[in-house]
Order: sequence, then C-alpha cells, then structure tokens
Amino acid sequence: MWELIDNGAGVVQGSTMTELAADVLVIGGGPAATWAAVKAAQAGADVVLADKGYCGTSGATASAGTGVWYVPPDPASREAAMAGREGLGGYLADRGWMARVLDQTYEGMAELAEAGGYPFPLDDEGRQRRQGVQGPEYLRRMRIRVRRAGVLILDHSPVTELLLDSDGAVAGAAGHRRQEDAAYRVRAGAVVLATGGCAFLSGALGCDVNTGDGALMAAEAGAVLSGMEFSNAYAIAPAFTSVTKTAFYTYATFYHEDGTVLDGAGSQRGRSVIARALLSERVFAQLDHAGEQVRQAMRLAQPNFFLTFDRLGIDPFTQKFEVTLLAEGTVRGTGGIRLTGSDCATGVPGLYAAGDAATRELICGGFTGGGSHNAAWAMSSGTWAGRAAALHARRFRGTTRRLRPAGTTGLRPSGSPGAPGEHREIVRAVQDEVLPYDKNFLRDGSRLAPALAALDTTWARARESLHGTGRDAVRAREAAAMTAHARWMYSAALARTETRGMHKRADFSRQDPFQHHRLLTGGLDNVWVTPESAAANRRAS
Amino acid sequence: MIELVSAQRCVSCDKCVRVCPTDVFESGPGGIPVIARQSDCQTCFLCEAYCPVDALYVAPQTHPLPEPADERRLAADGLLGSYRAALGWGHGRTPGAALVPPIPLRHETGGKS
Repeated sequence: MWELIDNGAGVVQGSTMTELAADVLVIGGGPAATWAAVKAAQAGADVVLADKGYCGTSGATASAGTGVWYVPPDPASREAAMAGREGLGGYLADRGWMARVLDQTYEGMAELAEAGGYPFPLDDEGRQRRQGVQGPEYLRRMRIRVRRAGVLILDHSPVTELLLDSDGAVAGAAGHRRQEDAAYRVRAGAVVLATGGCAFLSGALGCDVNTGDGALMAAEAGAVLSGMEFSNAYAIAPAFTSVTKTAFYTYATFYHEDGTVLDGAGSQRGRSVIARALLSERVFAQLDHAGEQVRQAMRLAQPNFFLTFDRLGIDPFTQKFEVTLLAEGTVRGTGGIRLTGSDCATGVPGLYAAGDAATRELICGGFTGGGSHNAAWAMSSGTWAGRAAALHARRFRGTTRRLRPAGTTGLRPSGSPGAPGEHREIVRAVQDEVLPYDKNFLRDGSRLAPALAALDTTWARARESLHGTGRDAVRAREAAAMTAHARWMYSAALARTETRGMHKRADFSRQDPFQHHRLLTGGLDNVWVTPESAAANRRAS
Repeated sequence: MIELVSAQRCVSCDKCVRVCPTDVFESGPGGIPVIARQSDCQTCFLCEAYCPVDALYVAPQTHPLPEPADERRLAADGLLGSYRAALGWGHGRTPGAALVPPIPLRHETGGKS
C-alpha cells in the first residue's frame, strides 16, 4: 500500500509537511483521473489520487451529462464514426488513435455497466443503451470504484508543482491540503496528469477547477503542447447562469431584443453569428422547435438544464430568454499536452497525460462538437496512462530518489514578491484577453497580436512577483497556469495563418493545404511554435 | 450560487463541506455548515444533489442575490431537494440515469459558419 514516510499520524494539521509515497500519483479527479487510478491499481500499483476539489464532483463532466462515442464493433459503423468527423476536425486526427479509442471505449462502457454498476437505461428489447452518461451518477460510481481498488484519495488537495529526480524524470508532486491548511508531497514512480483543460474561470458549468494547471506543470518539466490554437470553444447558456448545454439549442430560434429572428444564428454552425451579435446587443433564445416528446426527453436526460429555468420561472419552450456564450477554452477545445506514445507518455520520463489535459487532436483534430468524443477520450487515455504509469513505476519500487521542485511562476518569483492577492489582478488581465468574443472566438491577426503582447507583459509581471502561501499559493499557480495557457493559445493561433477546425481567422478565411499539420508549442518565458514534422507525426501514432 | 443552508433541515453531516468541488463551505459552530466563500461557488448544484436532507438551495444566478433566500417559499415551491429528486438519488428512488430516453437529434436548417 501507499505509505506515510515520515509521519505516521495521517494527515497532519498546521505547518507540518505530510509526505506520502506511492507507485503512481494521479493528479485530477474527473473521468480520466478515475480511470487512470483504477487501471494503475488493477495493474498492481499503489496509487494516490490527488484532486483539487472532490473526486466525484470535480470537473467538467461531474456536473453535466454527456454522450459517449460508443460505436458497436462492426466495421461499417466504425468506419462511418471515424469518417464523419475528419473534415470538421480539419483532417488532423489520426485513424489509428480513433480506432483504438473506439475499441477501448466500447470495452470501458461495458466495464462501467458490469463492474461499475452504472444504471444504463434499457431499450425496447431490454438491452442497455450505453451511448451516454449522467455526470453526477458516473463520477459517483467512479469514485466508489477508485476506493474499492485500494487507491488513497486526497480530496481538496490541489497540486502546485511536480517534483523531478536528478535525471529530470518526474518523481512526484507537491501541493496544499486546503481544508487542513497543510502542505503535502507525494513521491511516486510515475505521475499521471489528468487535470482537465482550461476554461479561464469563465463560469462555464463545472469548469472553475479547470485552470490549465497540468499544462503548466508539464511544460515546467519539459513537455510540449499541441493544438493550442484549437482553444476557442464557447458554449451557450442563459444569461447570468452557469448551465451550458449547447446540444439542446439545436431546438432553439435566436432573436434580437425586439423579437425579430437573428438571421443565420444557430447553436452549431451559426454560433459565430450569436457571438458577433453579443458584441453590440442582447440575444434571446426560445426552444421553439422542441415537440412534447423531445421536451420530456430533455428533462429526463439533463435535469440540471431545467433547474435554471424552473428556478427563474421561465418556460424555455414557450418564452424567450436572454443567452450568453461562456468560454470553454481547451476544455472543449482540443489543444493540450502532446503525447509521444500510444501509452499516453509525454516525452518526459515518468510523466503521462490523459483526458482534456492531453491534446485531443489525435481523435478530433481541430474540432469537438459535443462531449461524446471527450468522454471517450477521457476513459481511453485514462486507462492507457494508468496502466503505463504502473508499469513504469515498478523499476522505482524500494528506491528513494533525491527530488527537486519544478515550479516556477507563481511559486518562486524572480524579483521582489508582490502584494498578497496579486493573483486576482493577473487573472483579470488574462480574462480581458481570452474571454472577449472579438479576440478569441472571432479571431483576426490584428486583434490576436496585441492580445498576445498584453499576455506576455502579464507573464513577465507574474514571473517577477506573483506568489502566495497556503490557499493563495494555489490561486497564484492557477493564475500563472492561465497566463501560460493563453500565451500558448494565441502564439499558435497567430502561427496558423488559415482557417481549420474551430480555429477561424477572419484575415485567413480559407483552409490552406500547406498547413495540413499539427502545431506544437511550448516554452515559458520564451514561447515557441513549430509544425510537427511528418516523422514525429508517425511516431505519435 | 449557493444561497441557503437550512439550519432547520441540516443534520450536521458536513457532506457539503466535503463534496463541494470549489470548497465553498466550512464546518460551522453548532454543526451547521457556513457559506464561507460564496464567490467561489460555480453554481454546479452538486452540493444539493449530495445533501441527504434537502437543506441546501443553489440559485441559478452566478452572482449573489440581493435578498436572502426565503426558505418557506422555496419549500412551498418544491425547490428544496428538486435536483436530488430529479437525479433519483435518495432512499427508495430510481436512479434518473436509468430513465434517460433517447433524444432525437435535430439538424439545424439555418446557420452559417
């Protein structure tokens, strides 16, 4: 089992450091993290799972409902499933990875039903329909599975930095147990980053824990990002509320404030029309295309969608309500940590990535519409990363390595430390550049370049002075992670001088056959972008 | 955002303190959890789903409401515990997940990129 190294008293209070040792440390608490933890434990590893929030309610899936890219293994259906999305994704996905994810997801959903006891609904012939999950039920059951597998769960324990050994391999992480106000460290043979994407505290449902922490920590350890230009997803929600369920808005008509129809607006291809309108006016919606049967189905499928309306006293089917678009960044965008192997390795020894923290380009290219690919990816990449981490960790059993912390910005200011609470100013400065529709959603080089310059200035400031202790250290790191994320996004967005996938440039409105490649990006003080070479592309497959 | 912890209903299990993903609650004196960091609430409603006695109310607005929540009114309107009931969580209920029907997809006719 995992063990306490220098403190037998369990979690300690106050300033004492809690130190744990495990074969595998999983960072995160959503679908990818829980699958990784279960699979690592099943492979014989002693596993610690450290979540920023509570494993079971944290992350983009727990509070939502999602379809799953679940396709029976008959060749025609599989072929159609893969072919159907290649164009939308700008032909950057990889058939090999898609096929593996379809296989793994089919297997994983069976396991969720049988070992996990997930109560899938039945069809008319009594067979389970496994094409979707309700988030709260799914993650509640995954937590139970994680515990039954013997994993030690550390809730409310945000990781603030990775720990490296003398060879630069990842060998653990340090963080803060916020409900005990105590620091902790976990020594581990391998680490899985399953921290989710980054939605910049936009208020999109369940995403406030998704601040891009994993990407920053991976970059500090030497990993590379991919697809960061595919980071301009926005979801529809009733104004001043949180519940984003864009799929239901296929039944909507969108209106100007005077009640006339907003021409060209739609939840799918017409979302940019809504964004453009929102720059200068209020926009309203009504789900007036939903018949009685659909209405009832929606209510059963995603009850929280209706909490908003029921509590506001609005009937969304017969009354117009004001809507907004909330940034989902790389939670629904496909950019993330680049994977260098089919085992979800990152190129840094001992470090694996899964779920939204990792790039989803491998199966989606530059576009994800609904959540179903994301759910399939989390389950599959989590499974592979957990198994690989367990295997990698075996060689370190019984050894003790000398560790050094890898954290930079937000933890160890290069100049004189700033005032407490500086993280709030940094977050606001980043949000000012990444949330506005005319900067991130409706992209144009003339607006991206000054936005990136402002972000570079924010990073330089953060590098010099941003810091905090206890709870504030976590906030400072979140602010640093969001700043880094935004700079990678806009650097890649400026480098891709074309329109591909969700990345649409007003100044380069066509797809350019000469840019049919993925873009890698990385660096902290000096951000770089480079096309992934054909050779590297093959290796990643 | 979270607007109400009903002292009348609360059984001091502190489950909301544990399950809130953004650590909004703290154990309170006398056993009733307090809303310690309301501005961190992400309006995900999950504390309500986990509360065994329907003592919590999350308003749909992502900003604090000007007036304190009216518990009697919320109870009368059937809003206390409505999310937990819809999820089918709680003794003797059928999990809502088992009742999800297929939703026919609608392909939008309008719209441009």
